[in-house]
Amino acid sequence: MSTAHGGEPGAVTTTAPGRRSAHPLLAFLAKRLAITAGLLLGVTVVTFGLVNVVPGDPVTANLSDQALNDPATVAAFREKWGLDQPLWQQYLHYLGNLFRGDLGISQQTGRAVLDDLVRYVPATMELAIPTMVLALLIGTGIGMLAAVRNGRLTDQLVRVGALLGLSTPPFWLSLVVLYVFFYQLGLAPSGGRLSTGFSPPPTVTGMYTVDAALAGQWDVAWDAAQHLTLPVLVLTSLTVALLVRFVRSAMLEVLQQDYIRAAYAKGLPTRVVLRRHLLRAGLVPVVTVSGLAFASLLSGTVLVESIFGWPGVGQYAYRSATALDLPAILGVSLFVALVYTLVNLTVDLLYGLIDPRIRLS
Amino acid sequence: MAPLLDVESLAVTLPGPRGPLPILHDVSLTVDEGELVGIAGESGCGKSITAQTLLGLLPAGARASGTARFAGTDLLGLDDRGWQRIRGAGIAMVFQDPTAALHPMLTVGRQLTEHMRVHLRMDRRSATRRAVELLDQVRIPDPERALRAYPHQFSGGMRQRAAIAIALAARPRLLIADEPTTALDVTVQAGILALLDRLRAETGLAVAFITHDLGVLSALTTRGYVFYAGRVVETGPTGALLTAPTHPYTAALLGARPHGTHAVGTLRPIPGGPPAPGEAPPGCPFQPRCRYAEPTCGTTPPPLAPAGADRSVACVVRPHLEEAAR
Repeated sequence: MSTAHGGEPGAVTTTAPGRRSAHPLLAFLAKRLAITAGLLLGVTVVTFGLVNVVPGDPVTANLSDQALNDPATVAAFREKWGLDQPLWQQYLHYLGNLFRGDLGISQQTGRAVLDDLVRYVPATMELAIPTMVLALLIGTGIGMLAAVRNGRLTDQLVRVGALLGLSTPPFWLSLVVLYVFFYQLGLAPSGGRLSTGFSPPPTVTGMYTVDAALAGQWDVAWDAAQHLTLPVLVLTSLTVALLVRFVRSAMLEVLQQDYIRAAYAKGLPTRVVLRRHLLRAGLVPVVTVSGLAFASLLSGTVLVESIFGWPGVGQYAYRSATALDLPAILGVSLFVALVYTLVNLTVDLLYGLIDPRIRLS
Repeated sequence: MAPLLDVESLAVTLPGPRGPLPILHDVSLTVDEGELVGIAGESGCGKSITAQTLLGLLPAGARASGTARFAGTDLLGLDDRGWQRIRGAGIAMVFQDPTAALHPMLTVGRQLTEHMRVHLRMDRRSATRRAVELLDQVRIPDPERALRAYPHQFSGGMRQRAAIAIALAARPRLLIADEPTTALDVTVQAGILALLDRLRAETGLAVAFITHDLGVLSALTTRGYVFYAGRVVETGPTGALLTAPTHPYTAALLGARPHGTHAVGTLRPIPGGPPAPGEAPPGCPFQPRCRYAEPTCGTTPPPLAPAGADRSVACVVRPHLEEAAR
């Protein structure tokens, strides 16, 4: 063996044959992140193209009638936002800024789109995270119960309940929940993130409950948590309805497997069979659906956010779209694409954690 | 002394589209402590349903009647907790397909120790020590490492041996083995059989082998039951069953398996197939395929009646089969 390249000769021989490349997990992550970057680039192209082919003019969407009658104002608006340049130039300009971390200025809010996202995303996350945790716990529990009681009354009730939940319009459920818990019972506030009289805690994560707790402002944390209850209740019921069907069918399939019968044949208590043997195997398909549900929650829920006056991504996206606010639309699209790819990456990593057969080798 | 397992007039029905389908009819069998018993028959004859009944693992909607006593316990009257005490520690099962019967996402060690800890009340460390011993006994190399492996990292033969180790882990008194050694090569097979025989001699382990291969019975078991269409058609000492069958089905089964060096020339298939559940003829279930059937065979199913020393047969004709089987 030549040592011409320097280094210790012994070090070469201790390296096992198949270990020339980096750790397989790192290689996998690098590959996935490269794909994500390409995907995000694609998202900018598509969104840029789409926004420019839809009938509608940002000028008419943003300026008042009076301003529209003044050619000088219109021209100034066009120049300010670069709308007088050819499309490809606008795109390259945008891309150049993007690489410097500049998502542009929102025509609507007048703030940097990145600042807007930093403001609205945590609000949505504050809804999405507790919703997902609750929905996973409740949905998995109910779905497993229905599968174990396949065909019996419990199962029938769960299936009807899930169907009802899936066919309930979110805005209707939101209104019912508001009517009952706010108007009739007075148990929860009607909307917003904090009651009047409270000021937001110092920003760390942007999630008021967490930030208030970090700052030791327990009264603020409690108030923020109360404001969470109703929107989280609505979103959780809808997500549970979605999950239950998947959990049930996944678990039913696992229950047919020989290894479940073998687990019973060993004399294990039912709860051990269900928790250790059934749950583990049934989780794989559930993780996929949960990932999609979580990504969709993180991307914002327009109707629920609107009804509960929740300043989240959904509302921001809605207002940007109606105003044809191109930088904001692009920013939200990039965020949504990023959320979906990251959630998918997490789901793939979770697969490996749950099922050793798909562990990266 | 009462037998370890005493099954009498066991009948099982499964739910069907047009009412319950009878799967087992009037099955009686016994297994003594330390006895190796064979249960033979074609697939679908009720062997596996018998095993499932004895473990309380019948599919939903199945009904079992008759009696099945294990070490003084009435199995058919057990509730969930009662079954949990019997399964694994009283009666253990080696499933036919070890790949399907091992959980793909749990380590072999976990699957080997979890029921030991429940039944034998062992702590983690002593359970692991016993697990290593067991894997060594079923000749799995490097047992400590094997404990941390997942089933997919094992070869088919190793999975089967692991499944056998799992079945033996909680020191059962009766092992029901559904074709347990078919996937193993001959030397490993011999090792497993020697292990079972040693456990039988030392601890009084009883084994019920379920097989479609009568040859396996001759090597392993002292007594055998031949199943056909959910009934026991013949029972007796294995040697006598194999050399001098008295039921035409047993004889046909022997004729249908290759023997001697002239296997091809002597292979004699049984014409027709066994009746589907619920479609058995009113009389003897084998009558449509039987070379010796007489008109009386088609009226009522023949009862299992004594036929010589320790033998019973469910046949009213009882032809002279020695010449016919040749």
